[in-house]
Amino acid sequence: MQQALARQLLKAAVTNSAGIAAILMPTLAAPAAMTAQPLTLDGITHSYGGGLAVDNVTLEVKGGELVALLGPSGCGKTTLLRIVAGFIQQGNGKVTIDGRPIDTLPPNRREIGIVFQNYALFPHMTVAENIAYGLAARGESREVQAQRVEEMLATVQMARFADRKPKQLSGGQQQRVALARALAMRPRILLLDEPFAALDKNLRLDMQIEIKRLQRQFALTAIMVTHDQDEAMAIADRIAVMSQGRIEQLGTPVQVYDEPATLFVNNFIGSSNLLNGQVEAAFEDGYRVALANGAVWSVVSKARFEPGQPVVVSVRPEQMLLADEPAPDRIPVTLKLSLPIGGELIHDVVSASAESIKVAIARRPGISSADMALGGTGTAYCGLADHARPALFSASNP
Amino acid sequence: MAGAAVAATGSSGVPGEKVDWRLAAPLGLTYLAFFAAPFAILLGVSFYADPEQTRLGFESWTKFYGDAFYLKVILDTLKLGVFAVVATTLLAYPLALVFRAASPRAQRVLIFTILMPLLTSVVIRTFAWIVILAREGVINQTLIGLGITATPLNLLQTELGLVIALTQIEMPLMLLPLLTIMNQMDQNLIDASRALGASKWRTFFKVVLPLTLPGWIAGATLVFASATTAFISQSVIGGARLVYLPALIYQQVTVVYNWPFAAVASLTLLFTVLAGIMALSWLGRFARTS
Repeated sequence: MQQALARQLLKAAVTNSAGIAAILMPTLAAPAAMTAQPLTLDGITHSYGGGLAVDNVTLEVKGGELVALLGPSGCGKTTLLRIVAGFIQQGNGKVTIDGRPIDTLPPNRREIGIVFQNYALFPHMTVAENIAYGLAARGESREVQAQRVEEMLATVQMARFADRKPKQLSGGQQQRVALARALAMRPRILLLDEPFAALDKNLRLDMQIEIKRLQRQFALTAIMVTHDQDEAMAIADRIAVMSQGRIEQLGTPVQVYDEPATLFVNNFIGSSNLLNGQVEAAFEDGYRVALANGAVWSVVSKARFEPGQPVVVSVRPEQMLLADEPAPDRIPVTLKLSLPIGGELIHDVVSASAESIKVAIARRPGISSADMALGGTGTAYCGLADHARPALFSASNP
Repeated sequence: MAGAAVAATGSSGVPGEKVDWRLAAPLGLTYLAFFAAPFAILLGVSFYADPEQTRLGFESWTKFYGDAFYLKVILDTLKLGVFAVVATTLLAYPLALVFRAASPRAQRVLIFTILMPLLTSVVIRTFAWIVILAREGVINQTLIGLGITATPLNLLQTELGLVIALTQIEMPLMLLPLLTIMNQMDQNLIDASRALGASKWRTFFKVVLPLTLPGWIAGATLVFASATTAFISQSVIGGARLVYLPALIYQQVTVVYNWPFAAVASLTLLFTVLAGIMALSWLGRFARTS
């Protein structure tokens, strides 16, 4: 029991020190002669026995950029990653690094670093041997290996664990070693396969900071595969939302969140309320929409709609408010349930036309009861907050 | 996490504390009556100096270990076991790699094919090999028909022929443990090795081989033990020209009626097999993957 406690304490200390280090040394000298190399996917198509896994994907990742491939399982994101790594030969299309095609190169000659979801550390080797593995394969001298191992162990704050076997390490420590092993090779591209999926929730933020720091420090072009939108939002420079083998939208986290290009992206990123309505009239940069529940909203949209066309309006819960006073753009609702989730209070309200709407309001400390927030009446008027940016989609587009 | 910590430190003694040894009693008593007791008798018999078992002495032992012929029989038996292990290993590893990469459906077909020989008796399989290896057998007729050789090759009653037959007969014993461990290995480890710049061969020797060594050791132990003691195959294919310990024992018991000498040979065979198994498990200590 005591040993388990000591282990816990040790783990906490390690995690903390890394977190502190990440804050203290954001500009730690980058290794010399590192130039970030751009990665281009051009018309990648691949199918497994009839099913199309990747469908004509074109993506340019700029040098030093971290792009997240985000999507539900089976959307083709992992297949795409394995194609870049060379584990799968694509049916069609070209992968180029820094302008040179790599399609004919076997995985061991692509100079791509990978961190696997389960870390894939060699269980029969120590931490130091794991990190030296690629250097030995490349034929580096023992001195160079030892020096690089030491340097990498210091970079990921794992110097004390050089002689441990992977099984004696916690998940976060294993991931640090996996990162060190990949980065010791000075790869041209870094691929991250669901890097945080196997980590405890409270460790994730530490590792997200750590990975972002290392990716910047080594000036690495990186692709991360994930199904978790929070992870993608947290560390990606751009997000490619994928569905059924295609990129639905490519943009910065803010773009993807605030201006979802399709209903799929809208529903996959964050939560949203979908309200049915009809276009009443068009004006300069948007439309006036009559909602089925009676409210009339003005919605900014670049898409083309005809007056009378049925549409779906999507609003994020945190872009809505609850008020005591009725107004033409407010929906009369009754309160069903409120849940305090972290710093927010989520109200589940129902309109007269039986639509369920979620409203998130910043929670004031100490208050968790919805009745207090609503003045105890249980009925309210639900409208758009000042900064709200509802999105408009054609109703026929599922 | 807690489980791993306990296993790693080995403290608190949870495993081994609540063993109900009575569960092992039926098998234990059977072994006592039918293995340990006969073994003691065998050991006793070996210390008779003459075939009539009238006089005690070390003559049977000194005669056996003082004669170059018998020492060669020991060496040949050991060699046969080693050859069988080497041959099954060289054939089993590539197949295990194929098995690993195959679809579940193909794996079922492979397993069935591998297990099928076990459904026929060793005697039948051995006699089938006579048909294949004989002077007028399948191999020689094919070679002569193709004009590769003019005179038939001697395959029966040679060590080569015996090793070929034993390799086929013992193959499932090597394959089953090897396939099991091969299938459990994480594909990501192989991918990681490749991405880190290792060639396919380097990946095999640095990652696949060390991690599958426990399965190989289990298979090699079984193959070694059964090849060195394969009385039927050794006598039918090896014939009278090749003498191995099992045939020597049989001969001493049923033809020469020298039981003390047969007892010495039996104990020698037992220790020969044991030595092989111990050598393999000693190798296994390097294969600890934790």
